Amino acid sequence: MQDPILSVAHLSVDLGGRGILRDVSFDLHPGQLCALIGENGAGKTTLLRSLLGLTPHRAGQVWIEGVPVGQRRILVGYVPQKIVFDVDVPLRTRDLVQLGLDGHRLGLPLFSSGKKTMVDQALQMVGAEAFADQRVGELSGGQQQRAVIAHALVRQPRLLILDEPLANLDFRSANALVALLGTLARTQRIAMLVTAHDMNPLLPVMDRLIYLVGGQVATGSVEEVVQSEVLSKLYGYPVTVLRHGQRVLVLPDAAVEPSGVIAAGQVSSPEKAN
Amino acid sequence: MWSFGALLGNPGFFSSGPVQTALIVGACAALVSAVIGVFSVWRGNAFAGHALADVSSAGGAVSFLLGISPLLGFLGMAWIAAFSMEFLGIRIGRERDLTTGIVLGAGLGLSALFLYLDVTTTSTTGAAVSVMFGSLFAIPQSLITPALAASGSVFLLVGLFYRPMMLAAVDPDLAAVRGVSLRWVGLLQLLALGLAVAVCALAIGAVLATALLIGPAGAAIRLSRRPGQAILWAMVIGLTAVWGGIWMAYASYYWFSGNAWPVSFFVVALVFLFYLAAVLFAKVAGLAAHPKPVTWPHCET
Repeated sequence: MQDPILSVAHLSVDLGGRGILRDVSFDLHPGQLCALIGENGAGKTTLLRSLLGLTPHRAGQVWIEGVPVGQRRILVGYVPQKIVFDVDVPLRTRDLVQLGLDGHRLGLPLFSSGKKTMVDQALQMVGAEAFADQRVGELSGGQQQRAVIAHALVRQPRLLILDEPLANLDFRSANALVALLGTLARTQRIAMLVTAHDMNPLLPVMDRLIYLVGGQVATGSVEEVVQSEVLSKLYGYPVTVLRHGQRVLVLPDAAVEPSGVIAAGQVSSPEKAN
Repeated sequence: MWSFGALLGNPGFFSSGPVQTALIVGACAALVSAVIGVFSVWRGNAFAGHALADVSSAGGAVSFLLGISPLLGFLGMAWIAAFSMEFLGIRIGRERDLTTGIVLGAGLGLSALFLYLDVTTTSTTGAAVSVMFGSLFAIPQSLITPALAASGSVFLLVGLFYRPMMLAAVDPDLAAVRGVSLRWVGLLQLLALGLAVAVCALAIGAVLATALLIGPAGAAIRLSRRPGQAILWAMVIGLTAVWGGIWMAYASYYWFSGNAWPVSFFVVALVFLFYLAAVLFAKVAGLAAHPKPVTWPHCET
């Protein structure tokens, strides 16, 4: 097997004296799309931020292609949860992507055809050519998401970290985005780490899953983890995995009263109830 | 004798010393406020910019007491206010307005005290009007060089940190991931904002400085799709307003038979008109871009 792109070993992170992550270890390999699942407050954002070098860790190591995190930032692309672009902000999609290329540099930007080619390639990769010259604030949520992904991709990172990219998206945009992420992981051999509350939309493309609970992780391939018993144990809540042809669906069981089991036939339709 | 001034209907306009100083210092104010204003409006910091300008009036008042250059007074107070706001925590949304308002109140209190002392302990008359509302024609020629230096520093700072400032304005985390030090960018932005406020306060007064700092930028943002384009538009609008205002104030001497109106009034009035025009223009252009309301599918009757 190839060397991992991302290697996390015994990572522990404290925030304000409180242990948020304890002894977290996992690897990500080229082309792998990994979902990071966990309840609110489980430490997903903290984990992402320490992988990005934004939050210092108390113990353990994070390596990206064998380099300690933060030393070669070019290797990691980041798509934050939701950036608010006001309608009147004078910034085109193209400008946002270019900032991904040279936004950290000092001095005024000079035109360079090499840069323009790289920006065009990134725009094309996410299918954003059509709105490249529009203001970012005028785009739909799904289009903005693509613009930010192009911003993160333009320097050809080896690892792409996306924080809740499917939040606030409708079915159509969410599915299109999931397909795009799957294609990018396969064709560009990028490792992807995607956080989500709900893993269902990601199931068609993801091949690994990290479940974060109580500051620790459980990890495995989709075949290993996406099973009713395994997930029920992880969530601490009964969960059913439904398979229908190629589709897989993870469904939390309905909230049931301790004694009340709804028997078939007892459910009355609203019309009859009148 | 043939001259441009006479051509514009203002004999003696360009040959007058005070007019020359006004044109130069006014241009400095218009240009620096364009550069800083676009970032202020972008980041929603218009109120903070306004507060800094108002508070800088205390520095202007102090300069009369100490007999130092008003530019230094404005600058010192703008920097003190900027760092107080930063120190008191300007980052959190709601707290930002609160902190800004509190620093603004304290600063204007100081201003009241120093202006009172100006009147009682020195023989200065009109200090209050000149600090608060400026008078471009009364700026001594010796202030041209300091004003140019302050403006040059703003251009240097913003030119150097142009892209990191933009990235941080888009999203602080995106900038941090790229290795941009948010602390440094924030600090340099405050230094530049203080310098711009001082030049504007000197030109059209501490209270009216806001008009130049956010007016042309606010108009320009509606007319532009690119950051550089917005800054250029803001420069054009600001320069036109300032130079047009100077010209009108000079001409108003003849219009109102020897009672010239204050130049700050004309500048601010022009800025307001340009802003209004930009808003109207953007509305009309925006309607053309989104002509049809969306209808539900299968609901047409």
